[in-house]
Amino acid sequence: MRSLLYFLSVALVIGLAYWAYQQNLETQQALKRVTKLQDKIAATHEALAVQRAEWAYLNRPDRLRELAELNFGSLELLPMDPGHFGSIDEVSFPPLPGLSQDGVVRSASGSNGGRP
Amino acid sequence: MTNRIPLRPLARILRARDKGHDPDEIERENIRDRQEIQRDNLRVVSERRLLLAAVLTVAAFGLIGLRMWSISSEAVAEPITRSGGSEILAARADIVDRNGRLLATNLQTQSLYAQPPLMTNPERAAAELARVFPGLDAEKLRQDFTGTRKFIWIKRRISPEQRQMVHDIGEPGLLFGPREMRLYPNGAVAAHILGGTKFGAEGVHSAELVGVAGVEKAFDTYLRDPANGGAPLQLSIDLTLQAAIEEVLYDGMRLMSAKGASAVLMEAKTGEVLAMASLPDFDPNDRPAPPVEGDPSDAPIFNRAVQGLYELGSTMKIFATAQALELGLVNPDTHVPTQGPLRAGGFAIKDYKDLSPSQTVTNVIVKSSNIGTARLAQQITVPRQQAFLRALGFLDASPIELIEAPNVRPLMPDPWTELSAMTVSYGHGLSISPLHLATGYSSLLNGGHVVTPTLLKRAAPELGPRIVSEEVSAASREMLRLVVDSEDGTASFARFPGYAIGGKTGSADKPRHTGGYYEDKLISTFAQVFPTDDPQYVLIVMLDEPEITVLGENRRTAGWTAVPVSHEITLRIAPLLGIRPSVEYAGNPELNPG
Repeated sequence: MRSLLYFLSVALVIGLAYWAYQQNLETQQALKRVTKLQDKIAATHEALAVQRAEWAYLNRPDRLRELAELNFGSLELLPMDPGHFGSIDEVSFPPLPGLSQDGVVRSASGSNGGRP
Repeated sequence: MTNRIPLRPLARILRARDKGHDPDEIERENIRDRQEIQRDNLRVVSERRLLLAAVLTVAAFGLIGLRMWSISSEAVAEPITRSGGSEILAARADIVDRNGRLLATNLQTQSLYAQPPLMTNPERAAAELARVFPGLDAEKLRQDFTGTRKFIWIKRRISPEQRQMVHDIGEPGLLFGPREMRLYPNGAVAAHILGGTKFGAEGVHSAELVGVAGVEKAFDTYLRDPANGGAPLQLSIDLTLQAAIEEVLYDGMRLMSAKGASAVLMEAKTGEVLAMASLPDFDPNDRPAPPVEGDPSDAPIFNRAVQGLYELGSTMKIFATAQALELGLVNPDTHVPTQGPLRAGGFAIKDYKDLSPSQTVTNVIVKSSNIGTARLAQQITVPRQQAFLRALGFLDASPIELIEAPNVRPLMPDPWTELSAMTVSYGHGLSISPLHLATGYSSLLNGGHVVTPTLLKRAAPELGPRIVSEEVSAASREMLRLVVDSEDGTASFARFPGYAIGGKTGSADKPRHTGGYYEDKLISTFAQVFPTDDPQYVLIVMLDEPEITVLGENRRTAGWTAVPVSHEITLRIAPLLGIRPSVEYAGNPELNPG
C-alpha cells in the first residue's frame, strides 16, 4: 500500500514536471509568434504609411494641375467656375432596361418612367 | 536485527532464586538495557533526519541566493509582452485637412554616419562619399576620417538610391541608422500653417521630430503624445481651397507686381479658417532658416496673414458704421456731413475724392468717405470705440492655434485720443493682421456673434457673445453689397452675375520704418463676405505694394488690384464650396450660366 503511494506520488511529480515544461515551451513559442506578428504588423503599418504618403504625393494639387494641363487634349479639364453648375436633367443616364428606342415603357417595373 | 534477549531468561532467574535474589530485578535490568539500545537507535535516526533537513534547507536557500544573484547581475531587458504595434504609436501623428487628406506624415528613411576606427580605407571613403553627395567636401571628410574622431554624422536623411550607392563603396566604417522623416506631400501648399519640424535629440537608432513653427510647434505635445493612439490632427483647412487660393493669389501677385500677398478664407459662423495663404512661401520639407539680415517681414517664412501687422485702411470703416448703427446714433439713411477737409487736432482729414457736403451712412461706406467715418467716430467716443474693437479681438493677439500668433500684438495709438479714434475709424493708426480682419468681418457679418478663429475642425458653430444685433449685421452686409453692386462703388470689379457679394476695399499708405508714410507704396486689401443674403464665408485678400498699369495709368488702389484678384479667387472657390449662382442676382441675363 505504502509503496503504491510512493509510486503514485513520483509519477505525479514526473507528470507535473512534464506538464510545466510543456506549458513553458508553448508560452515561449507563443511569445515568439507574437513578436514575429508584431514585427509584421509594424512592417505593414510602415508600408501602409509609405503608400499613403505616396498617394498624397501623387495627388498633390500642383501635380494634378500640371497633369490636367498636359492632358488637356484628351480630357479637356478646366478649373471649375460657376458656369459649371448643371441640373440633374442635363445628365444623360443610360437607358433603363425595358425602355425601347421610342420611349414607350414596355415592362411593368419600369412604368414609373422615373430616372434614378 | 539483533537477537532479542528474553526479559526473564529462565537460567538467570533460577540462579537468582537459588541465591535468594529478586528475579524481578533481572527483568527490570533487561528492560532498561533494551530501552537504551532503542534510544541509541532513535538518536541515530533523528540525527540523520536533522542532517537531511539541514542539507535541504541550505540547498533551498542557496538556490534562492543563486537566483537572486543571477537576476541582479543580468542586463535589464524590456518585458517581452508588448502592446500591439507600440513602436508605431510612438511616431509623430499625421496632420490631415478637414476632409482627411494628408498634410503631413512620416516616412522611414536612413541616416548615414561614419565610425573611422572601423574604416579600412578612409581616403577612398572620403573621395567616394563626395562623389555620391556633391554637397560634401572631400578634403574635410578625409580630415575627419583620418583624425581622432570616433563618430561622425554625415547625412541626416538619405534616399534609398543614395543608400545603395553608399553600400557600393563597400566601406565597413560607413553605417546607417533608421530615421523617421517628416514629409509634407503637398510641398509649399499651406506651408505657413504647417510650419515645419527638425530633429531633436538624436541617437543612432532613432531621432525625435520636434515642431519648429506653425501648428507643428503649437500642437507639438499633442502630436508626440503616444496616448492619442496615432490619431491624426485634423485641421479646418481644406486642401483644395487652399491650393486654388494660393494659385490664383500667386498669379495675381505677379500680375500686380506686388512683393507679397496674403489671403484668408474663413467660415463666418464658426470662425474656422478654411484656407490661409501668405506669399512668397517656402517648402516645409526644407524649411529655410530665419534670415540674419534684411527685413524679417520680407522672408518667405514670414506669415503675412498672421504675423504681418498692417494698417488695413478703409476696410475698417464698416466697424465704425456698424457701431454707430448699433448704438442708435444713426440709421443707414441718416445724412453725415462729408465736407472736407475735416480739421482735428492740427490734422486735416481728407477724402480720396471730394464728396458732396453730406452723404448717407450707406454712401459713406459705398464711396468710402474718411470724413464721414471720422464724424461717426466722434459721436461714438473713444471708450466705446475701444470696447467695441476689443470685443472684436482687434486689440489683442489672435487666439489662433499657431505658435507665431501670441507674440503678434496689434499696434494701437497710445494715447488713444479723439483724433486717434477718428483715424482708426478709417483704418489708420491701428495695425492688425489680415487674420484679425477676417475674424472681425466674420463676427460682424454672421448675424452679430463674435467668433474665435481656429485652425481645428469644429463639429458645430461656437457662437460667442453678441456684438451687434441681427438687423445691424444685415444692414452692414447690405452696405457692403452696394459697394460691389452700385455704379459708384469702389469694388465694382468684384461683381459677378449670380452671386451676392459684399465687400470693402482698403488702400493704406505703407508706414516708413523711420516714421511717416511712403507716397507710392500701398497695402491694398479687399475684405468680402458672400453670399450676403446668407453669410457663410469671409475672404480677405491683401497685396503688398501692388502696381498695375491700366489704360496708360498707374493704379495701386485696392479697387484696381486686390479686388480683381479677390474676384478671381471667388470664381474659383465658389463652385468648390458648392455655392450655386442664383437667378436673383443674375444681373445680365446673357452671363447667367446654366
